[in-house]
Amino acid sequence: MNPISSTATPAARRRRSVNRVSLGVYVLLCVMAFLSIFPLYWMFVVATTDSATAYSLPPHVLPGGNFFHLAGLVFDTVPFVQALINSIAIATAIGVGQALLCALDGFAFAKLSFPGRNTLFLIVVLTMTVPAQLAVIPQYLIMSRLNWVDTLQAVFVPGLVSAFGIFWMRQHIGNTINDELMHAARVDGAGDWRTFGRVALPMMRSGLVTVFLFQFVAIWNNFMLPFIMLGDDHLYPVTVGLNGLLNQGASQPAMYTSVVTGALLSIIPLVALFLGLQRYWRVDLGAGAVKA
Amino acid sequence: MLSPAAGAEAATARPARNRRIQQGIRERLAPYAYIAPFFLLFLIFGLFPLLFTFYVALFDWNPIGEHRFVGLANFSQLMQDARFWDAMRNTFVIWVLSTVPQLLLALGTAHVLNHPRLRGATFFRMSVLVPYITSVAATAIVFAQLFDRDYGMLNWFLGLLGFQHIDFTASAWGSQIMIAVMVAWRWTGYNTLLYLASLQAVPRELYEAAAADGANGWKQFRHISVPMLRPIIVFTVITSTIGGLQIFTEPLLVNPVGGLTCGAARQCQTLTLFLFEQAFGRFHFGYGAAVGVALFVMVVIITAINYLLVTRIRSERR
Repeated sequence: MNPISSTATPAARRRRSVNRVSLGVYVLLCVMAFLSIFPLYWMFVVATTDSATAYSLPPHVLPGGNFFHLAGLVFDTVPFVQALINSIAIATAIGVGQALLCALDGFAFAKLSFPGRNTLFLIVVLTMTVPAQLAVIPQYLIMSRLNWVDTLQAVFVPGLVSAFGIFWMRQHIGNTINDELMHAARVDGAGDWRTFGRVALPMMRSGLVTVFLFQFVAIWNNFMLPFIMLGDDHLYPVTVGLNGLLNQGASQPAMYTSVVTGALLSIIPLVALFLGLQRYWRVDLGAGAVKA
Repeated sequence: MLSPAAGAEAATARPARNRRIQQGIRERLAPYAYIAPFFLLFLIFGLFPLLFTFYVALFDWNPIGEHRFVGLANFSQLMQDARFWDAMRNTFVIWVLSTVPQLLLALGTAHVLNHPRLRGATFFRMSVLVPYITSVAATAIVFAQLFDRDYGMLNWFLGLLGFQHIDFTASAWGSQIMIAVMVAWRWTGYNTLLYLASLQAVPRELYEAAAADGANGWKQFRHISVPMLRPIIVFTVITSTIGGLQIFTEPLLVNPVGGLTCGAARQCQTLTLFLFEQAFGRFHFGYGAAVGVALFVMVVIITAINYLLVTRIRSERR
């Protein structure tokens, strides 16, 4: 690891010869980063200025001081606070439920042996190829048969299915939890359930956080299911609330910047969550590199 | 001393053994119980509705009125419906324009981000994930602003270069490009991270050896990264085909005055949007289900073609 001496090993000499990253690559990456971040920054700019400034050319690229006024306009037009609360509640409930369910399933697939395990896991992966959105008519019929139309269960329960989460947790558990530890727990007389809860679960923290985050984002951004199932605007999540705001903004040009303010408000919780939990989910990506 | 102990042991042996057998059975069945909720929920809310779509498609099905069996009438009507063919073409165009650049860009970016000597790797990794955490609704709103005919930044820029302003939402290709850009913008980072996570499992020595043999970045990309990523490439091609062909929210929100038809001329109405319009806008559940069946057939065919293409490429590269 230290400066390479004259008696460098072949491996060290090879490492030294790893190509440098060229300037062109950095330029391309910076363009990528700019294109990824700019629309979000632009959202912030428009969300904080009055429409006269937003609709002027050349565009003003600095944020203004109009945010609170516009946010007030959003809250007056649609029940947006309620929508934010609804989204936070639904996404948290599904995210936590998902993470635990996927952890249990991933644990079963990674660490327990039972007949048909590989076939069942293959089926789990194959369920990802089922196009569910086009089956929305029977989904609606099922929900109305269950009397779930216009209730949060209609959005909550189907959201608990996540083949991706199971896949992710299986990989994660396979990589992070070693068999000796499991064996030791068994020798001490712990059953599956206790081994899972007391030994395995605490060790898969970063995997749990990752699945939670991905599910949270997926549920937060889900539009079609609540759009169809919910009629009462006090149950609307932010995506459907934004749609209402957008429709109003379309007929009143003066409203337009406040629509963008609504869009900004709708993603603040997601950004906060990702930044707040950054330490945990980044560890996961990095962990693979160390292991390799 | 011995006999009482032996007697006590004999007395407790039977229940103890029974309990152990019971526990053994429970332990053996436990894994199935753990994974059962997933399969149950998938059957009820995933597989069953899909199959039931085929059934509903055979009816003239009014959600609040009657269900009348009409055989294949919905399908023959569909085949003659110009709106259906338009929606199919729109869906296909948007899917191609969004998926192809998105996956190629993600592959290249993942390869570069995996480089051990890249500076600021964390920043770049985080920045490509930013679009993914932006909701589709928020994305649609900000892109509508950026692509605006009169005051959009993109048109301002085109004006600077001497081009005429483009009314993106009004024209077919303009609105489809706009939707494709939104989709690609939102999903490129996600796919990049999937590729990157798999690349990180590739032994570093492979790249080091290749570099020692004089292979440049491009050669390393083609001969190490791409072959090592084969399984995940197949996975992302399939999932983005399935997701991309069912695109719904973007075309619905991109043009707020367009409504369920995505504009007066249905210039960007996708098949899912058409399905939704028929089923929930006009309450023709049977006809909507027929659109669903047609979309399902399209998804299966294109997924199969893609699968064959991707596996063919990979055997050529070998």
